[in-house]
Amino acid sequence: MSLTLDDIKRVANLACIETSETEATNALIHLSDIFNLIEQMQAVDTSSVNPMSHSQDLVQRLRDDMVTESDQRELFQSIAPKTDSGLYLVPKVLE
Amino acid sequence: MQWEIVIGLEVHTQLSTQSKIFSGAPTRFGAAPNAQACAVDIALPGVLPVLNHGAVERAIRFGLSVGAKINSPSIFARKNYFYPDLPKGYQISQYELPVVAGGSVKIQVGGAGNQYEKTIRLTRAHLEEDAGKSLHEDFQGMTGIDLNRAGTPLLEIVSEPDMRSSDEAVAFAKSLHSLVRWIDICDGNMQEGSFRCDANVSVRLLGSDRLGTRCEIKNLNSFRFLEKAINYEARRQIEILEDGGTIRQETRLYDSDKNETRTMRSKEDAQDYRYFPDPDLLPLAISEDWINHVRTMLPQLPEVRRSNYITEYGLSSYDAGVLTSSKEMASYFERTVELLPAQAKLCANWIMSEVNGRLHKESLDIAQCPVTPAQLSLLLLRVSDGTISGKTAKDVFDAMWRIECNGDADLIIESKGLKQISDMSEIEKLIDDILAANPQQVSDYHSGKEKAFNSLVGQAMKATKGKANPSQVNDLLKKKLAG
Amino acid sequence: MLNSTLQQLSTLIAEKKISSVELTNEFLSRVKAQNPVYNAFITVNEEMSLFQAHAADAMIASGQGQPLTGIPIAQKDIFCAKGWLTTCGSKMLSNFISPYDAGVIERFNTVGAVNIGKTNMDEFAMGSSNETSFYGPVRNPWDITTVPGGSSGGSACAVAARMAPAATGTDTGGSIRQPAALCGISGIKPTYGLVSRYGMIAFASSLDQGGPMAKSAEDLALMMNVMVGFDTRDSTSLQRPSEDYSRDLARPLQGLRIGLPKEYFVEGLNADVASAVESAIAEYRKLGAETVDVSLPNTKLSIPVYYVLAPAEASSNLSRFDGVRYGHRAPEYIGLNDMYQKSRAQGFGAEVKRRILIGTYVLSHGYYDAYYIQAQKLRRLIAQDFSEAFKRCDIIMGPTTPTTSFPLGEKSGNPVQMYLSDTYTIATNLAGLPGMSIPAGFGNHNRPVGLHIIGNYFAEAQMLNVAHQYQQVTDWHIRIPDALTDL
Repeated sequence: MSLTLDDIKRVANLACIETSETEATNALIHLSDIFNLIEQMQAVDTSSVNPMSHSQDLVQRLRDDMVTESDQRELFQSIAPKTDSGLYLVPKVLE
Repeated sequence: MQWEIVIGLEVHTQLSTQSKIFSGAPTRFGAAPNAQACAVDIALPGVLPVLNHGAVERAIRFGLSVGAKINSPSIFARKNYFYPDLPKGYQISQYELPVVAGGSVKIQVGGAGNQYEKTIRLTRAHLEEDAGKSLHEDFQGMTGIDLNRAGTPLLEIVSEPDMRSSDEAVAFAKSLHSLVRWIDICDGNMQEGSFRCDANVSVRLLGSDRLGTRCEIKNLNSFRFLEKAINYEARRQIEILEDGGTIRQETRLYDSDKNETRTMRSKEDAQDYRYFPDPDLLPLAISEDWINHVRTMLPQLPEVRRSNYITEYGLSSYDAGVLTSSKEMASYFERTVELLPAQAKLCANWIMSEVNGRLHKESLDIAQCPVTPAQLSLLLLRVSDGTISGKTAKDVFDAMWRIECNGDADLIIESKGLKQISDMSEIEKLIDDILAANPQQVSDYHSGKEKAFNSLVGQAMKATKGKANPSQVNDLLKKKLAG
Repeated sequence: MLNSTLQQLSTLIAEKKISSVELTNEFLSRVKAQNPVYNAFITVNEEMSLFQAHAADAMIASGQGQPLTGIPIAQKDIFCAKGWLTTCGSKMLSNFISPYDAGVIERFNTVGAVNIGKTNMDEFAMGSSNETSFYGPVRNPWDITTVPGGSSGGSACAVAARMAPAATGTDTGGSIRQPAALCGISGIKPTYGLVSRYGMIAFASSLDQGGPMAKSAEDLALMMNVMVGFDTRDSTSLQRPSEDYSRDLARPLQGLRIGLPKEYFVEGLNADVASAVESAIAEYRKLGAETVDVSLPNTKLSIPVYYVLAPAEASSNLSRFDGVRYGHRAPEYIGLNDMYQKSRAQGFGAEVKRRILIGTYVLSHGYYDAYYIQAQKLRRLIAQDFSEAFKRCDIIMGPTTPTTSFPLGEKSGNPVQMYLSDTYTIATNLAGLPGMSIPAGFGNHNRPVGLHIIGNYFAEAQMLNVAHQYQQVTDWHIRIPDALTDL
């Protein structure tokens, strides 16, 4: 497999990170190196192996359905970039 | 060309838990903006989700009530996309192994005369968190974000493409709406967004077994919009195909003001959601014990009640369906008929027409009905034993609705003197008087003028202030005239 | 005083020979004097530290003192601490005053420990040299032209340069053990799930684990006693009976079976490191342990697997940094999408962006099975290697890192070279096993070498015992850099 500049741009766009032409070219060089390393994985036959998501073979613990949180809006919004009337403000979506 | 419409629905039901699906923040509707968005809901760095037992239990209730399989383990996955009302940049949902797999819902389609039954298969139902709300009114030229709803538990119910008309789709949606309220997992409040539908619509030539290209219509928050949007969309697709065009797979929005659907995004710019198992959550195990416990707590389902009404009370399938449209309605009916077992049909008719009509007119819920089942059954007893006529009963019902005489039918009949005159001699005397006073009509009648008879009946009824039994008056009058 | 162990400080405080305020002032002055050289701290807040010190003195006066009451502890800047700037080494959070405490911070607060400052780190814990920090690189006290390792480089440096008696770290692929090795201190990454991840800013959720860094195994045990514990707010936190991690320190090592994985002693390992590690193992034989050869055949796959799984999780974990509710928002933008794109482009550094791109790619449509699922399958094989090996030994040993500390800038332009620094440490994170590094002598240019000790699940007390016994017969862990002549 070889990465292309288009792959980099597509992925940067999915990840919402503005990337200039130079940055993309640079990223392509580094990521190609890294993927060469990653490709070693493909040599192993894993058809009989189950994927492992967690190291402990445990199941999800559940919370009782109870309200435990109180309103901390003022504290939380004291560190927000822009708020008004209790709302977080963001620029409008451009069509 | 004959076209067939193919519809599948995805229904988002807000589960009626106290707290959110992954945090301890309250889920109440209508709080001040962001007052119910805790650290987990606003996705502060470092916070983690912990799953709400109540949300899972509601999903199990649903699964059992539609005869589905409850998956164990079940897995939570992240659906990744950027939007300001999605604080983590991903939604915790389920992809592979949803809590509920399969199942089906029986629907009754059509009105009283032309009703038919159909089974709609379910694909799955999965748990997920709701997003917040974007308020696009102008805030300093910007959009406002309220995250109170973020993290509210949703059960997304996905059907197979088993519906063939907007009527069937609406019947299915109504049936689900009634079921989720019946089993008490969702308040069903459509204005507040507790029950929202997306419709997948495609068309194909009748007889074809291949599905056409579908369009998904988002966020239909009333049954009427669901119906209109499907009808519009089907017509749109048929027109394109009949003109030799092709349908583009896309997501569309329904505009209720213009009654049309329009493109929201095409498949080409469909997001790549990069689903993967959420590493912050472990596999959800649901034990047989838990499932059995939930099963024992489940109320008798509407489907079962419906067939009971048909067999036990001899109601029509249509009537039984209306009376089991909600648990409250069924309970009202049952409590009424309990006191008047021989008159089930009369009870059913009265509840469906008078009670329901009046509730509808005043936008009330059956739980808020001012006339209790016991009061109604007394009124209907007086109809069935001939104390009052059906017509008079409606006036009594009116008075009961206004809680006159504490809603006691007997007291109202008494105080207004509405008791039917059943004493024959009294009616006879009255008729004799009328015949004597109207020689012209009598002779008109004898010369074959039917109208004259009606006028005499009218006068007799007027003279008794409606308290005479109309059929008795009729019979007696005919007898006298025949001399 | 600055050179004392936690145990010694604890005794001094308990016996009221020194107050917490005095001790805290002492370390604060030390930080003030030394930090400009080492850049180990991102934030120092005298007022808040002293406030805690006063509270600790009150606790002690009322007879409620515990082993760490009143003792200054440096906190890695990945742990959210209420009222403290918590940056995670990133411009993205350079204005983030945390409104809440992490589970770990709460536990230190409960026992009355003093937060002496927030330590520098690789940005979002992504790095092995501390050079990816927005706040500039940390310098290694043993040679300030070299790196301290990473990502917990600030914590390792703070302990090594005696600016704090102990510190917290986090370890996703070696971030406690590698800097501990490079700075000549001790550090342990516990079994996954023992230390709460609540409030520990996530890098790769299924691998991240907090743990202590200190001068000795004995001190690590005291830190473990505070840090380990169940937290209902973390679904992956383990509910187990509490244990005293000091309980087995004195146990003799007679009969201990040490497994030596042959894959850890092959090409890529520098000769100076190999020789120090071999001497350490010889020392263990003298202590009565025996060595057995074991094999971890999938070792070489751990780096590829890690560089699929960790970036995949990170790409999603870091999506919340969007300039909407906190953190950096670009000053200028045109519309919502541009605000996102610019805020994230400006807020994240090069290495973080690289890993987000890798992670986004491997999760994207059409690649998921080939990369993510394949990596999770290999993860299982790697974990199975360890369970096989532990059938034949009690503990596994090897080098923590293939080399000693390297010059600043040497690897920063070459990510793959940098990633290989974690060759020996990553597999334990994939398996969820506890791992530890203790000082085991010096390599070329008098740079510290770390001995890597890997235990079975929940074997921390035994590992601390194994380390402590070695530290009873060697003095590597109490050596201090020549530059610190004032001590």
